[in-house]
Amino acid sequence: MKAHLSRRYHFSASHRLHTETFDEAKNQAVFGKCNNPHGHGHNYTVQVTLSGQLDPATGMVCNLADLDSFAQKNLLARFDRANLNTLDCFAEQVSTTENLSIEIYRIFQKFPSAHLEQIHIEETSNNSFDFAGDRTPPSGTL
Amino acid sequence: MIFLTRKAEFSSAHYYWNDAWSPEENQRVFGKCANRNGHGHNYTLEVTVAGAVDPVSGFVVDLKQLKDILEHEVVSIYDHRHLNLEVPEFKTAIPTTENIAIAIWQRLNNKIPNAKLHRVRVYEMPDLFADYYGEP
Repeated sequence: MKAHLSRRYHFSASHRLHTETFDEAKNQAVFGKCNNPHGHGHNYTVQVTLSGQLDPATGMVCNLADLDSFAQKNLLARFDRANLNTLDCFAEQVSTTENLSIEIYRIFQKFPSAHLEQIHIEETSNNSFDFAGDRTPPSGTL
Repeated sequence: MIFLTRKAEFSSAHYYWNDAWSPEENQRVFGKCANRNGHGHNYTLEVTVAGAVDPVSGFVVDLKQLKDILEHEVVSIYDHRHLNLEVPEFKTAIPTTENIAIAIWQRLNNKIPNAKLHRVRVYEMPDLFADYYGEP
């Protein structure tokens, strides 16, 4: 039977919303306090949803230890206690949580043991973002 | 169509073990979850039903009735029990979060008047949960 499994990971990072496309005044107008030149930070929560047929031997979509070690290596080791703007993936694009959702979706697409359904990121308790690739998230999952 | 979600909680013990495997293989795959003395969680169950709003009552389902169904079909059987040892469906299935979600679906499906079961979500911990939509 096909089930969905969701796991939440937490990391803390700084960023600054800024683009060279705009001049200083326009950056300030568009990004407001998020454009502070010294940056600011968030405690991010990333919720990864995977799906697949249960392995009849284990009753699992995938082994959680495998998922956690994949996340440790490919998500937390890269993003926790980092300045997002210094990472390669944000060299050419603004470090918004929309772009972060797409980047983290790309990371978990490479997890070999289950199908990635969607990435949900909470930037603060008031702001959250979902990315499900080209698909619409299944109704009722949000 | 309205989606309505009701929560319930239960606290249970379990362990992960496949009888077809050696103790070493169980330990390798399931790690500390294979401890045969068991361990436990505070589970949170979220049951989402879908249905049309009754024009007279304004309800999709009577929440008190849904609460009573969850209590009777799930909580009274799972709460403060050892899932492997005391709940029949886990004599054969390992009580992973995924299998618990499927088992609860099977307990609730077609028992909720005027609404269709849409999703069963089981949180084993705040950072780990499984969803089952009734898919084969």
